[in-house]
Amino acid sequence: MTVGPEAGVLALSGRLDTQAAAVLWPKLMAEAAGGPVVLDLAGLTALDTTGATLLLTAEAAGHGNALRGAPPQVTDVLDRVRAALAAPRPKPEQRLPLLARIGRTSLNAGRGVLDGIGFIGELALVALGTLLRPWRLRGGEVLRHLDEAGTRAFPLTLLLGFLLGVILAFQSVIPLRRFGAEIFVPNLVGISLLRELGPLMAGVILAGRTGSAYAAELGTMSVNEEVAALRIMGVDPMALLVLPRVLAGILVMPVLSLVLTLAGLAGMALIMGLFGFPLTTVTQQLSQWLELSDMLGGLFKACFFGLAIAAIGCRAGLGAGRGPRAVGDAATAAVVGGIVSIILLDGLFAVLYEKIGV
Amino acid sequence: MSETTVSAEAVIRCEGIAAGFGSNILFRDVTFDVKRGEVFVILGGSGCGKSTLLKLMIGLVPPLAGRVTILDTDVWATEGKARLELLKRIGVMWQQGALFGSLTLLENVEMPLAEHTSLSAAARAEVARAKLGLVGLSEAASRLPSEVSGGMLKRAGVARALALDPPILFLDEPSAGLDPITSAGLDAMIRDLSRTLGTTFVVVTHELASILAIGDRCIMLDKEAKGVIAEGDPRRLREESTQPTVRAFFRREAA
Repeated sequence: MTVGPEAGVLALSGRLDTQAAAVLWPKLMAEAAGGPVVLDLAGLTALDTTGATLLLTAEAAGHGNALRGAPPQVTDVLDRVRAALAAPRPKPEQRLPLLARIGRTSLNAGRGVLDGIGFIGELALVALGTLLRPWRLRGGEVLRHLDEAGTRAFPLTLLLGFLLGVILAFQSVIPLRRFGAEIFVPNLVGISLLRELGPLMAGVILAGRTGSAYAAELGTMSVNEEVAALRIMGVDPMALLVLPRVLAGILVMPVLSLVLTLAGLAGMALIMGLFGFPLTTVTQQLSQWLELSDMLGGLFKACFFGLAIAAIGCRAGLGAGRGPRAVGDAATAAVVGGIVSIILLDGLFAVLYEKIGV
Repeated sequence: MSETTVSAEAVIRCEGIAAGFGSNILFRDVTFDVKRGEVFVILGGSGCGKSTLLKLMIGLVPPLAGRVTILDTDVWATEGKARLELLKRIGVMWQQGALFGSLTLLENVEMPLAEHTSLSAAARAEVARAKLGLVGLSEAASRLPSEVSGGMLKRAGVARALALDPPILFLDEPSAGLDPITSAGLDAMIRDLSRTLGTTFVVVTHELASILAIGDRCIMLDKEAKGVIAEGDPRRLREESTQPTVRAFFRREAA
């Protein structure tokens, strides 16, 4: 591909294919924008559509620019691309004025809240209906979800709980030692695990492992129109898909929370052992200072964490838009929504327990 | 249509290829040439291995035996840079379009240009706009794949396959799932691109109307025979073939 010299005329010769056009593009466009230029095409041996786009863009770039002498082997491509470029450009999307945008955003947000309330109501109706007719609950489905959300999460929960106990005990033993108060480490770690950290960390595990899985699974099902197919078959997706998952979430969370707490206490006992306190001292300290109500309070709120995480995961999945990105968005929404909801719920329970004196 | 001047040069050569999964042989000893500038159709009933043959030609599914040569390069014996050079010289339109869902149609077409050329962003946008214009989608350029119809998806798939102006385009089932009018529009577009750009097309399809409208030459695969049962101009095959399966196919009879 070469460019010949002549005043006001650029003579092109050789093959003008994609690679050549990419090299030539900046030079030719600079010339074309500068002043009236005639492009002489007589020497071209081949032209592809990218090359033709370059020639036609250059022609349109300046007033008085022209193409001349196109040999027959390139006229077909040139004419075809000329027609293609002549088609109208897409209309730029009209931007709404600021006020209208604020309005639309708040309308959408409001609709989202209403949808959420509707979802809770629908779920409650289905749950009540199932209470009246318990044989309609799909037991097999519930068991499958209990296994997937529960037993399969045990290794991770044990590991995380143990490490959490080790870290908490180690971090508190060092400052408390300065006052000779290491003996109170079991109280500190025990209370925080039983009442707060056990349910919260188990909730984070459930949101990350299971909430996202629910959103991805149900999201893919709605993208593939499987949810619509269920509705048209007269099967309520709430009863078939959502209820077993939510039930599994409610049942599995206290167990995960307990497993995590026990593993944490074991980790704490290990650290105490390393600092010279025998196991009996640790258990004595725990039984003396901890009450059953501490544990039951933690497990009770864990049920609500499980309900929130599973319901938010299912809702994100069923509300997924179209395309592969929608499924990813739904999974993200499930994890973020799940974690935020358990922290909010935890705050509510703190106030509630304070009021009733647990 | 069939009067298109076709030079005798073969751009694709398949020699004695066989394919299958495990002990299930789909076809064996398939040999044919695709010549420069023609629209070559691979046809046959469901399950005869048409799509597998296409995937084997573009280097996705390995053949059990035989050799595929595209533009004098052995598809299954090249690696690294030589293979990349070969891939830049073929374009594929996938059966479902396979457009990237998070990008607009224009960005989909720009992607190969961004990867393989030194064009600036503004130049890329202009080139991509021209390719979308070639397939009649100028006005939908800023839409996402999920916002356009099935026929438009296939056109956009062709535009993306055309991004680097490859001399050979492979189309997998262009008319599958389309209504007859949209399908005919797509056929007209294929003929038009073949005539004006001189691109060689390899089209896998079982749509009779489409085969007769676009095909310069075809081969027909058959599940029972596990191989090619007919080769030639589809219009002549319809009139003259005596092979019972070929006759049944072209006359839409139950075999």
